[in-house]
Amino acid sequence: MVDIVNRPYATAFETFATARPEVMCLSADLTSSCEVDGFRDRHPDQFLSMGMAEQNMLSFAGGLAMQGYRPFIHTFAVFLYRRPYDQLINSIAYSNRKVRMMGFLPGITTPGGITHQAIEDIAVMRAIPNMTVLETGDATEVETVLEVADSIDGPVYVRVLRGQVPRLFATPFAFNELRTLSKGDDVLVLTSGVCTEEALRATAALSAKGVGVHHLHASTLKPFDRDTFIEAARGKKGVVTLENHIITGGLGTIAAEIIAEEGLGVKLRRLGLNDTFAHGASKPYLMKKYGLDAGALVAAIEDVLGQKLDISDDALQAVRLDAVHSAEKAEAL
Amino acid sequence: MSLTNEKSTEDIAHGIRKRVFLHTMRNNGGYLSQACSAAESLAFLYNEALHLGAPTLPPVPKPFAGVPSAHNPDAFTGAGYHGPFAPDYDRFFVSPAHYALVIYSALIEVGRMDENALDHFNKDGGSVEMIGAEHSPGMEVTTGSLAQGLSMASGVAFARKRAGDKGKVWVYMSDGEFQEGQTWECLSAMRHHEIDNIRVIVDVNRQQCDGAMSSVQELYDLPERIAAFGATCRSIDGHDLDAMRKAADSAEPGKPLVILANTSPFQGMDFLKKRFPRLHYVRFKSEAERKEMRDALAKELGVDMHEIEEA
Repeated sequence: MVDIVNRPYATAFETFATARPEVMCLSADLTSSCEVDGFRDRHPDQFLSMGMAEQNMLSFAGGLAMQGYRPFIHTFAVFLYRRPYDQLINSIAYSNRKVRMMGFLPGITTPGGITHQAIEDIAVMRAIPNMTVLETGDATEVETVLEVADSIDGPVYVRVLRGQVPRLFATPFAFNELRTLSKGDDVLVLTSGVCTEEALRATAALSAKGVGVHHLHASTLKPFDRDTFIEAARGKKGVVTLENHIITGGLGTIAAEIIAEEGLGVKLRRLGLNDTFAHGASKPYLMKKYGLDAGALVAAIEDVLGQKLDISDDALQAVRLDAVHSAEKAEAL
Repeated sequence: MSLTNEKSTEDIAHGIRKRVFLHTMRNNGGYLSQACSAAESLAFLYNEALHLGAPTLPPVPKPFAGVPSAHNPDAFTGAGYHGPFAPDYDRFFVSPAHYALVIYSALIEVGRMDENALDHFNKDGGSVEMIGAEHSPGMEVTTGSLAQGLSMASGVAFARKRAGDKGKVWVYMSDGEFQEGQTWECLSAMRHHEIDNIRVIVDVNRQQCDGAMSSVQELYDLPERIAAFGATCRSIDGHDLDAMRKAADSAEPGKPLVILANTSPFQGMDFLKKRFPRLHYVRFKSEAERKEMRDALAKELGVDMHEIEEA
């Protein structure tokens, strides 16, 4: 089975923050939901409860940052940018303040429905000058993103995974470096966040069918490791992106921009939510319904290559279990 | 409290009105009514209440040095006109950034900025912007979008209290900002976290962009509402300096102090009553109107007519 880590953020944040007294943990009534309840209880001097009041919380964090604190704001991703967008711009981003926005429940990882699903956050955050955008894809990245975020001279937005998180990678979060998860000659697959695990389920099954998949995982969305992407995309029959986000403004758009700007002339298929909101349901259900899973990736690759590959759902599941135990891969899965 | 220059606070208040009036006449428009309501409060703050060091920015304002970013080491804030950041000194945040012309005039009156600094007002490439931004003289944060200043100042105040700084954090606000939810969020947070090194003066002039506050959205019993959020609230005549001194000295432990300065939007410029309730930004539709106002206000403010037409 894939190695599942329980609440990796909780332990990582406590270790990280207690070693850095200038880090201040802010929460807006979602403290245990964001896995910082233990931190609150054990380190009350480094914790600020701001109530259900995100607009004040963001501006207040701007003030703390002015005085040398490095505030880490903890709430659900949607509440970091939808309600307090003006505060995000004027109190934090414009002044390039070192405020770190830790956004939990990215995309459709929650059954909370429209109000809780941050499906356009990357598009919004990418458009903000001075903003850095990071996304975690496994337990290792959740554990190691804190130091990366803290090293940035300016505001940072992070999509954080919570609860039971699979461990896919053996090496820590590396700023602005695409991870190469497999190499192949036919198609480039670019994924991020929880979609990377889905793609990993598909890549071995595709190899078994003789399809050479070059798989890149993106954890830094702004800036973006263009060079690695360009090198991998050249000469491929197609590029497929898969993201836990609307395809407008996110990973698929990043790929489209680079392909066009560099004149790569390669086909692109973008998988993700396509101009639609989602609704309240389980993550596997929503990923299948909206075409964010391994099956959707296989179908898109068939489309790009113009051939049927005859890969069953069962095969995708089996591959996942097999890949987990592979000791030969550079990454832990 | 020590006087920082030889002028009386009354003289400075009068000087602020005069400067804003002259500027408005010469430029065919300006935030004139805000000078009427705010003159005493700002004169009191700069001349008596604020404990500030000498300016760290040059008397003549520098040009805009680019937006803040990790790659722009030249970006600066206008807080330099309030002196250096030091534990014993106060910090002063101006929340209604459209009061900028009034703030600049106050800085000139108290000798923190050059006599001719307003020549740079609203000029392309300059830092003396019409709506003050954080690089504009006297500004430290971006507050053009209203009701964010108090929250940022609270973050600063929290940090300064924890650091044991003796200096206070002062905030100048407008009453319209109490229509925004963020202000109430912030009052809640300040009381909960016992941020008591903050002093807020609110210009309760009961005017907003659309006209009289009573016609746009009434605040009803503002002192009671603020007190109900756990702040110490003093409601005073905003043109009565003795009342302001007393209120400024009446903070209570564990609570922020909010002083509601009830003001008149035509204090010292009676002629503006004719324009009520369209007072937010005063401009002239005709030369005749301009001349009528010029003559009336010059007389009321005791301004030499030649001084107006020199420019």
